[in-house]
Amino acid sequence: MTAPLVAVRGLTVDFGGGTQDSRAVDAVSLEVAPGEALGIVGESGSGKSVTWLAALGLLPAKARVTGSVRLEGQELVGAPRGDLERVRGKRIAMIFQDPSSCLNPVHRIGRQLVEALALHRGLGGRAAEAEALRLLDQVGIADARRRLSDFPHLLSGGLNQRVMIAMALAGQPDLLVADEPTTALDATIQAQILALLAAIRRDTGMALVLISHDLGVVAENVDRVAVMYAGRLVEEAPGADLFGSARHPYTQGLLAALPALTGPRRRLTAIPGTVPEPGTMPAGCRFAPRCPVAETRCATVPPPSRTVGFLHVAACHRQVEAGLSVWSLPRAAE
Amino acid sequence: MLSFAISRLLRAGLTILFVMTFAFVVLRLSGDPALLIMSVDAPPEAIAAFRESWGLNQPIWDQYLAYIGHALTGDFGKSMRDGRPAIALVMERVPATLAITLPALALKIGLGIPAGIYAALHRNSMADRLTMAASVAGFTMPSFVLALLLVLVFAVQLGWLPASGSNGLSSAILPVLTLGTGGAAIMARFTRSAMLEVLGQPYIRAASAKGVTWRTVVTHHALPNAAIPTVTIVGFMVGSLVAGAVVVESVFSWPGIGRLLVSAVANRDLAVVQCILMVIAAWMVMANLAVDLAYGWLDPRVRGTAAAH
Amino acid sequence: MSALLQANDLRRHYRVRSGEGFFAPKSVLRAVDGVSLRLERGRTLGLVGESGCGKSTTGKLVLGLVPPTSGTVRYRGQPLPPVGTSAWRGLRRHIQMVYQDPLGALDRRLPIGTQIEEPLSIHEQVSPVERRDRARAAMESVGLQPHQYERYPHELSGGQRQRVVLARALMTSPGLLVCDEPISALDVSIQAQVVNLLLDLQERLGIAYLFISHDLKVVRQVSHDVAVMYLGRIVEQGEAESLFATPAHPYTRALVAAIPTVNFGGGRQRERFLLQGDPPNPVNVPSGCAFHTRCPFATAQCRAETPTLQPLPGGRMVACHRVHEPALGVAA
Repeated sequence: MTAPLVAVRGLTVDFGGGTQDSRAVDAVSLEVAPGEALGIVGESGSGKSVTWLAALGLLPAKARVTGSVRLEGQELVGAPRGDLERVRGKRIAMIFQDPSSCLNPVHRIGRQLVEALALHRGLGGRAAEAEALRLLDQVGIADARRRLSDFPHLLSGGLNQRVMIAMALAGQPDLLVADEPTTALDATIQAQILALLAAIRRDTGMALVLISHDLGVVAENVDRVAVMYAGRLVEEAPGADLFGSARHPYTQGLLAALPALTGPRRRLTAIPGTVPEPGTMPAGCRFAPRCPVAETRCATVPPPSRTVGFLHVAACHRQVEAGLSVWSLPRAAE
Repeated sequence: MLSFAISRLLRAGLTILFVMTFAFVVLRLSGDPALLIMSVDAPPEAIAAFRESWGLNQPIWDQYLAYIGHALTGDFGKSMRDGRPAIALVMERVPATLAITLPALALKIGLGIPAGIYAALHRNSMADRLTMAASVAGFTMPSFVLALLLVLVFAVQLGWLPASGSNGLSSAILPVLTLGTGGAAIMARFTRSAMLEVLGQPYIRAASAKGVTWRTVVTHHALPNAAIPTVTIVGFMVGSLVAGAVVVESVFSWPGIGRLLVSAVANRDLAVVQCILMVIAAWMVMANLAVDLAYGWLDPRVRGTAAAH
Repeated sequence: MSALLQANDLRRHYRVRSGEGFFAPKSVLRAVDGVSLRLERGRTLGLVGESGCGKSTTGKLVLGLVPPTSGTVRYRGQPLPPVGTSAWRGLRRHIQMVYQDPLGALDRRLPIGTQIEEPLSIHEQVSPVERRDRARAAMESVGLQPHQYERYPHELSGGQRQRVVLARALMTSPGLLVCDEPISALDVSIQAQVVNLLLDLQERLGIAYLFISHDLKVVRQVSHDVAVMYLGRIVEQGEAESLFATPAHPYTRALVAAIPTVNFGGGRQRERFLLQGDPPNPVNVPSGCAFHTRCPFATAQCRAETPTLQPLPGGRMVACHRVHEPALGVAA
């Protein structure tokens, strides 16, 4: 396996009391290889976004971040602000959920694009404008010249997300972190944006971290998937393995709770209970209170990550057999 | 844009007309000016003659129409006290008022806005708490209390500055300080909350994620947006340039428009009071118009034509 | 037999200003433009489409919350009374609603038990003891614990709040529940809980649902029939499973193709069908078939003539000029 582009080791983020049960992200380790597409799946409070905001130093000052995030050997956790500013946008770019509120409402699209080009490529004047036009063209915006002088509020959500992607591409980054990039968009526009991201990856070889609560979005667009729950990484595997033979009860539960678009309708298997709040995190496995196969040790001892298959890791005391769902899912028994 | 301007102008005209009518009605309701000016024991013939000469014996409706009609031609009547045109009396006091309110405005903006920005950027720091504590003290203290405190310290105790009057620069300092510090406190609080609001917006984080340095994020992304709500309060302060110093002028015996208003009201000098209120209203309306235009300049969403979304 | 709910040719137009100031020209926004629906007792009609297609306005028309510009809504054969009349308030007990944001639909200052009892105190003369008993019964039927009766909305999770809203809606034994994106604000693991609950309640109480959502997978899960809206009109309507298996209208095909799905073991089998561009501004609906600006099959006829809903074999209704042409690869 090639050397990782980004290696996260034992990353912990704490917004509150500093105790083990108040951690928003708890000892998360993962890697992104050059050019790879990694999906990160989780519900609200899973820490899937916070992990990457912490990596880029974008959390508010009250957040305490420990552990390590290395970008080709360069440590980002605790790095000076100037070093981080040189990484952001240039090596690792990030786009967010609500594109229309991520663009500055008082500046024209062109100015915001040129700002990124000046920052990362030293372009100015005509050269910057020409490159801005090329980027808008690359992200499929028709009538690019006119759009340069438009303000963000005149553009639809889909167009604004294309502008955000163009801006992310301005620095020719090695990795794009896309945090719920299509959640605020309509279905047909979501499909356009995901197709665009795939095309850009094909053309540039850029790595992608796709953060989403939507298993379908992740399943269709990445090579490898990491599942997070309540601040911890619970399972990680190549996409086909994860969706075909999930080994963690939470992942299996998420899949069982998903209605299908084809085939016979069956009753959904719902995961009982709710996600724990920060400050009231269970001491052992954080999923234990909702887990149908939890034992006594699950409530007290955090489960270690174990390799359960080729590149397949799960953090569960109960080593659930491949092909067996703890929610007795008929589909998994096939 | 043209229809926007026309509708704003119409609204401004209506506001001024409303203020003039209000002044007319209230002054007529509050007592007979003839009796007040001539004193109660004046001979009845003299009072009748006074009424005749000022048109006070006409039906109230005719008086009103004449008043509005004359105002439209720029004639605001004559002072009942000394017979000079009211507008001239009022206009000669404007420079004195501006001489203290303009420096005070500069103080409000020059002290309040930087303090607010600094407090927002260093939220919960010692400096932020001090600024906010000073700001609360500044805008809860009535201006006459502050004025008297300043007089006590700088005029009575230290003897550095005159306690009242209008003898050059030194006597303007205390009125300016009184007006300016209270306003600066309000300004600081507004700016701080506008700035905090903007700093929490997604586009600020997005700009940081783009690699923009923190300094540029603040100057290019946060400040222009925080300026939009701040303009409202600046506009309000500009609007009160003419009329905002009534109390302070009285305390310091400063010969501005505020003192003129107080004495004209006490004397039932109808034309002068009406004229002052009209000037104040016209100035306020112009300040509001300027705020609207500034919005359009600062915020493209206001400027925008039909939504393209 | 008359249907539980019958809407005929509903239209709701809004006059909107297309610029700034007093003198800006007014335009007409056709939020809903000729929608007919039929819903039987105990059945679910799913209403899908993208933002701005008029599905939420249709929901409000059916509830009688906004009066239609033209067209009629009949509930059990009777036309809806005018908004605000006592007859209209009386009808509220029969047609209840559930919104996307349960926190916004609840009063933060009142314990949930009080809020669940509220419809009874409005619509029926019952003793406080009976109110309390019925509220507890409703809470139990939606899976809330009796001790939560005294809790306040902020003490509950999103899923539990939506259960409170449901319990409150059920207090007056309504015949129809209009659900506008009822699970969109909930976490994935909680959505399934609420979907199952809705299905259980329907089976037990025979309630009909008008289920408005942008999430096609959930709509398929809960609906018997589905209507697809685009810019104020229904473009396709039919039985849920068959509509999603073989969508006929090009817009429905694009919508179905756009839904990302987890394909357990294997490649993608559904067709790829990517639309270009954004939906047009509803103030400025294109002539003819409103979808022609994004439709890959549009012809001169589509640009000029507005297609009407036509029946296909099997009961499907489709509004498309070219639906019968086999060359488009439309599955029958």
